[in-house]
Amino acid sequence: MDKKRRDFLKIAGATTLAGLGGPAVVERLVSGTSPAQAKAAHGAETHGVVSEHEKENAPTGRRLGMVVDLRQLKKHPELMEKIVHACHAQHNVPHFPNKKDEIKWIWRTEFDKAFTEHSHYHKDKLTIANDVLVFCNHCDEPPCVKACPTRATFKTKDGIVAMDYHRCIGCRFCMAACPYGSRSFNWRDPRAGLDMNRINRHFPTRMRGVVEKCNFCAELVGLGKLPKCVEVCGSTRAMIFGDLNDPDSEIRKVLKDNFTIQRKPSLGTHPSVFYIV
Amino acid sequence: MFEKALKGNKYYWMWLAFLGTFMAIAAFCYVRQFHYGLGLTGMSRDVSWGLYISQFTFLVGVAAGGVMLALPYYVHNYKVFGKITILGEFLAIAALLMCLSFIVVDLGQPMRLMNVILHAQPRSMLFYDMIVLNGYLFLNILCGWVILTAERKEVKPPKWIYFFVYLSIPFAVSIHTVTAMLYCGLPGRHFWLSAIIAPRFLASAFAAGPALIVIVALILKRVANFDVGKKAVDKLATIILYAALVNMFFVGLEFFVAYYSNIPGHIHSIEYLFFGLEHNGHVYNNLVPFMRMFVVLFVVGVALLSIPYTRKRSDFWLGAGCTALFISLWLDKGIGFVLGGFVPNPLNEITEYYPTANEIFIVVGIWAMGGFVLTILYKIALGVEHEIEA
Ligand code: SF4
Ligand code: SF4
Ligand code: SF4
Repeated sequence: MDKKRRDFLKIAGATTLAGLGGPAVVERLVSGTSPAQAKAAHGAETHGVVSEHEKENAPTGRRLGMVVDLRQLKKHPELMEKIVHACHAQHNVPHFPNKKDEIKWIWRTEFDKAFTEHSHYHKDKLTIANDVLVFCNHCDEPPCVKACPTRATFKTKDGIVAMDYHRCIGCRFCMAACPYGSRSFNWRDPRAGLDMNRINRHFPTRMRGVVEKCNFCAELVGLGKLPKCVEVCGSTRAMIFGDLNDPDSEIRKVLKDNFTIQRKPSLGTHPSVFYIV
Repeated sequence: MFEKALKGNKYYWMWLAFLGTFMAIAAFCYVRQFHYGLGLTGMSRDVSWGLYISQFTFLVGVAAGGVMLALPYYVHNYKVFGKITILGEFLAIAALLMCLSFIVVDLGQPMRLMNVILHAQPRSMLFYDMIVLNGYLFLNILCGWVILTAERKEVKPPKWIYFFVYLSIPFAVSIHTVTAMLYCGLPGRHFWLSAIIAPRFLASAFAAGPALIVIVALILKRVANFDVGKKAVDKLATIILYAALVNMFFVGLEFFVAYYSNIPGHIHSIEYLFFGLEHNGHVYNNLVPFMRMFVVLFVVGVALLSIPYTRKRSDFWLGAGCTALFISLWLDKGIGFVLGGFVPNPLNEITEYYPTANEIFIVVGIWAMGGFVLTILYKIALGVEHEIEA
C-alpha cells in the first residue's frame, strides 16, 4: 500500500469513528478501553451553545466527570473519612443514627459492593482490605431522570444530574430506578439530624419528603471552583474532576494514561465517574 | 339515587360503622405521618417502597379484573353475566379509589401532587399510569352510573355509552400493563426486569378480581337477597381457575430462568422470597412464610375450584376456594413482588423491611375505605335491582 493511500484510510477511518462516536471513541480504542466506556466518556447528547467557528471540531458540549484513583485512597487511608465528612458538611447532609433514616451522598464501601460485576472468589489482598468511595455517577443516560414524573431530577447542560428539591413530590421512583443506590430520601425532617448552629449557610437544607444525592457540587462548580471532595484530596490527586468532552482536559489525560473501570457498565447508563483500581 | 344508600337495616349500619372506625384510625395515623414524615413507616433507603405501593400494585389488578365480566357481557353478548357485571364495574371504582389513596399516602410531599401534571415528564411511566388510572376510574363511574340510571327507568341505556363501555376494555388491560412497566423497565433490578411481568400481572389480576367478585356475590346472596345466578358464578370460577393457573405458570417460568441460567442477580430475589438469602452467615428470610403460604393457598384454591363437589354443590367451599386464591394472589403481588425486588439492594446488601404499626393501620384503613365505598355502591345498585323486580 502506498503511503498516500494509507494516510487516506487512516483519516477516513478516523472520520467514520468520529461520526459514530466522536473523537472520544478513537482515543478510547487507541488506549484500549472498551467501547462502552468510550461512549460513556463521550456523551450522547449535545448541549450548550456552539459558536460558529467551533462547529467543526467541537461536536459536543461540556460533560463533567470524575476519576477516583483508588491507589491514592489506599496510600492515604485517612482521606476517605475526610472526603465524606467534607461533602456532608458542605451540603448539610444530616446524620441519623438509625439506619432506617440514613442519608448519604458519598460513602465508603467494599470493592465487592461497589463493583458487583467485578467480584470473584480470588481477589488480591489489597482489594479485599481497601474500600471504595461511591457516589452518584451522573450517568449520561440516567434512569433516574427518565423515571422522575415531575422533572425534579434532570440533567444540566454540563452533564450534571441535578435535583430540584422544591419540585420533588417524594414518590421515590428515582430511587427504584437508580441501579447504584446513590439516592437518599428524607424520611423525617433533616434539620433534626443537623447541628443548626454549624450548618453551611451557603447551601440550603432540605425539607422532609424529598430525595437528594450528590450534585457534583454544582453550587461550587458554577462559581468556577472544584467540587468539595476534589478540593479535599488536594495534592494527592485521588479525585480528578473535569470536562470529559474536552480532549485537552486533565481528566482526559488521566483516562488516557490509566486503565479505568466503571460501576455496572453493562446497564447502559454510561456513568461519568471512573475508577483507577 | 344516593338516597338508596341511606336506607338499610341494622347490620348494614353496623358494617359501615365497623369500616368507619378503621377509616378514622387510619386518618389519625395519616395525620401523624403527615407531620413527621414517612419515617413513621418501616421503609428505608434500601427498601424505598413498602406496603403502600405493593397494595397499590395489587389493587390495580383487582380493578382491572372486572374486565373479565365486561368483556363477555358487552362484547360477546354473554347474557348470563347480566347481573354480575355491575358488581365488577363498581368494584373497579372502589379498587381504583384505594389505589389512588395508596399513592397519595406514599408521597413524601403530597401537597405537590399536581406537579405530575404541571411539570409532566412523558418519559416517566408514572405519568402514563396516572393517565390510565384516572381514565379508567372516570370510565367506570360514567358507565356504571349511566347504565344503572337507565335500568332504573327500565329503558335501554343510550347508545353512546357503549362507546365508553368498549373503551374501558383496553383501558382495563392498560392500567395493569402500565403498572407493570413501572417495574419492568428499571435497569439493575433483576427481579423486576422481566418481559413477563405485564402478562403475569394480568393473569393474576384476572384471577384476583373475579375471585373477589364471586366472594362478594356469594355474600350478597345471603345478606341482600340478590342472586347473580348459579351459572354466572360457575363460569366465573372457570375463569378464575385458568387465570390463576396461568399466573402460576409464569411464576414457574421465572424460577426456571433464574435457576437454570444460574445468574446470581436473577436468583437472589427469588431465593430471598422463597427460601431465605444467606449473607455473611446470616439468613434473611422474613418473607419466606408469606411466599410459602402463597403456594399452599394456591394449591388449596385450585383444588377447591376444580373438584366438582366443592365447586358446584356448596357455596361455602366455592367461597373458600375463591378466598384462598384471592389471598394467595395478594401474597404474591401485594407482598412478595414489590418487596422482593428491593432485596438485595444495588450494592448487594440486604435490608429487611418490617412495616410499623402506624403504617399497617393506614393500610387497613384504606382497605376499609374501599370496603365502605363498595358497600355503598352495591347498596345503590341492588336497591335499583330490587326496585325493578318489585
Ligand atoms: S448514579 Fe443513580 S442517581 Fe446518579 S445519575 Fe446515575 S441513575 Fe441517577
Ligand atoms: S422522588 Fe422526587 S426526584 Fe425522585 S422521582 Fe419522585 S419526584 Fe422525581
Ligand atoms: S462532587 Fe460534591 S456532592 Fe458529590 S460527592 Fe463530591 S463533594 Fe459530595
